[in-house]
Amino acid sequence: MQPLPRRLLALPLLLAVALGGCADDSGSGGGVQSVKLSTIRGRGKLVCGVDGKLPGFSFLGPDGTYSGLDADTCRAVAAAVLGDPAKVEFRDLNSSERFAALASGEVDMLARNTTMTLSRDSAGGNGISFGPTTFFDGQGVMVPVASGATTLQDLNGKPICVESGTTTELNLADRMREQGISYTPLKFQTGDQTYAAYLGGRCVAVTSDRSQLAAKRSSFPKPDEHTLLPEVMSKEPLTPASVNGDPAWADAMRWTVFALFQAEELGITKANVAAKVAEAKANTNQADLRRFLGVEGDFGKQLGLPADFVPKTIAAVGNYGEIFERNVGSGSALKLERAQNRLWTQGGLIYSPPFR
Amino acid sequence: MTSLPPRPGSTTTQPLRPASPAPRTVQRSWAGVLRQELFASRGDGLVSVLLILLILASAVGLLRWAFGQAQWAVIQVNTTLFAVGRFPIEQQWRLWLLVVLVAALSGTSWGLLRAFPRADRSGELWPFNDRLAVALLGFLAAWLPAALALGFPLQLRWWAITGLLVAMRWIAGHWGRSWPPRLLKLVSLGWPLLYLFGMVLIAGGLGMSRVSPSNWGGLLLTLLMASFAILLSFPIGVVVALGRRSSLPLLRWSSVLYIEFIRGAPLITLLFLGQNILGYMLPGGWAPDRVWRAAWVLTFFCGAYLAEAVRAGLSAVPPGQLEAARSLGLSMPQALQRVVLPQALRIALPAAVGQFISLLQDTTLLSLIGLLDLLGTARTVMANPEFLGKNAEVYLTLAVLFWCCCAALGLGSRALERRLDPTHSPA
Repeated sequence: MQPLPRRLLALPLLLAVALGGCADDSGSGGGVQSVKLSTIRGRGKLVCGVDGKLPGFSFLGPDGTYSGLDADTCRAVAAAVLGDPAKVEFRDLNSSERFAALASGEVDMLARNTTMTLSRDSAGGNGISFGPTTFFDGQGVMVPVASGATTLQDLNGKPICVESGTTTELNLADRMREQGISYTPLKFQTGDQTYAAYLGGRCVAVTSDRSQLAAKRSSFPKPDEHTLLPEVMSKEPLTPASVNGDPAWADAMRWTVFALFQAEELGITKANVAAKVAEAKANTNQADLRRFLGVEGDFGKQLGLPADFVPKTIAAVGNYGEIFERNVGSGSALKLERAQNRLWTQGGLIYSPPFR
Repeated sequence: MTSLPPRPGSTTTQPLRPASPAPRTVQRSWAGVLRQELFASRGDGLVSVLLILLILASAVGLLRWAFGQAQWAVIQVNTTLFAVGRFPIEQQWRLWLLVVLVAALSGTSWGLLRAFPRADRSGELWPFNDRLAVALLGFLAAWLPAALALGFPLQLRWWAITGLLVAMRWIAGHWGRSWPPRLLKLVSLGWPLLYLFGMVLIAGGLGMSRVSPSNWGGLLLTLLMASFAILLSFPIGVVVALGRRSSLPLLRWSSVLYIEFIRGAPLITLLFLGQNILGYMLPGGWAPDRVWRAAWVLTFFCGAYLAEAVRAGLSAVPPGQLEAARSLGLSMPQALQRVVLPQALRIALPAAVGQFISLLQDTTLLSLIGLLDLLGTARTVMANPEFLGKNAEVYLTLAVLFWCCCAALGLGSRALERRLDPTHSPA
């Protein structure tokens, strides 16, 4: 199955390189060739695979618009490539078809709360190409404040609610065994049952991804009476992805996301990006800012993107911090802490390599 | 629900009815019918009372929940999403226009049906069922917009549309007989024309901006998918059924292959196949939109099952019919078209409608491939943190919507059966 489609995909690629290579040799941008980029430009819109049913990440609201961190990642890339964040066609994908949809070219990119793992990245596995992680998640534990529990040790000998058949269940068992804590797992088939049992007092703690726990907590009758323990039991780096075999497109996506990080680091926001561009144009001494905003240099051209793709992106969706706060942070119903999703300058993991 | 009080004990004083059924023509009072059907014996009476109590209890429970505990804001806030999905707001006038046209044409067809009664009809202009239907429409027009908390302008629109439907029904019913034949022909041509025009209104064209299929959703997508598949699967079914009975081996074997391939795989498998494999087989951008791919999968799926229903109908027509038609000098296509198919299709109609109804319900599988049909929309709405745990309200609404659509299909098919029944039609 695998080799044939690859070869079929490679044929137009070769043709495009052969034809485009001679036509576009007039020193314009080091000859960035990407089938995907030209397909997107020809189509006039970016097709972005999302979950669509996960509040905070990608979610279709009553007004018919998508919101969330993943949805805004799609909009950022559309703004960078096409200059317009509205030129996105969102595709709801379920978890079983997401990689097939990406591999077959149904979607240009995936921003679907997908954990980056070795088997998904490797050519021998799903063979997709991951960008920068936009949300570092991990498995957490929620307890009622009244229980007084502050660490996993406090749960010794207590019942814990968990959804059965998930990695969550296995992670819980692993971590508890490592720390020598005994507990009684109460397993449920669905998330709803799990949280109902927790709220009904059948267990003193419930475990799931921390973002999920926070989202559920926001819907509880009294959210303030529940708290997340500081321990994180697993690594779930949620990462946008594109198809293998089109490195130029993967680079364009990767550096668009990095630009969101870098903009936060430089203090460039949706509100002040126009002023910053004017400042960079006026002040020739600010070389870093000028390069980053495309006033100077040819970063855009090297990526096959417009020279002003960074200001366009920031003007459309804001920097990473703004996107985070708006969708999952203090400005949202989820009220997640930035935690490890802070900038590296503040002790977090959000880090952009230099724009040089 | 049932307001008639149960009358236990009253049966003992009644003489037993004779075992042979009473002749249908005898007029019986409601009480008499009740007594015979529900309270014929002591045991019957007991079972009836128990069942009636059970039904009453569950009905009271449901009503108490629906009007007391249930919070219908989840439906009120998401009305647009449930109705048309992500159809752009500034283009929604096109859908309103479509609803207006459908209402006008429905009213006209309905009126003409009464103006030109078949022999089995009493010829009454306003039979009981019609008066009931108008009353129901009036109630819906008055209650639904208020229940959905629509604004006054929208409410006014619904009243106007209902008024238009009833007015056209009235006009066509009273004066339909005196309309010129050309106009009557135009009305019967109206439905296919309206379907095509409706497609244009929905998808864009004729100077209207394009609305991408990925923006269609909710009831609009469900009805569109179902109607598309039903309309197109019918000719496919007839052709394949004829092909399977054909004496030409190539035609016969390809028909058998098609039917067995489709019937050998679950619909959801075929839908996934259409969504994910076509992308590999066709070069980038050549594959039709995923909504259309799903529509074609539904069509071919339904076509295969329909072919078997039609084949059953064909087998039920005595071979003498075809031989007689041929010996009268009709060509093969003529004989099929005028003699065999009308009989076969009439026999196949109940099975075909059953297939159509199950197809309408199968459209919910589209939600599993990420399309926002009614169920897909419902799942999105239920994921909204504002409405967590409102599953019962959403699913009940969905059930009522689906029941209405399926009941309409069923009623329509029964009316069609009656009109096609040769024992009642004029010679």
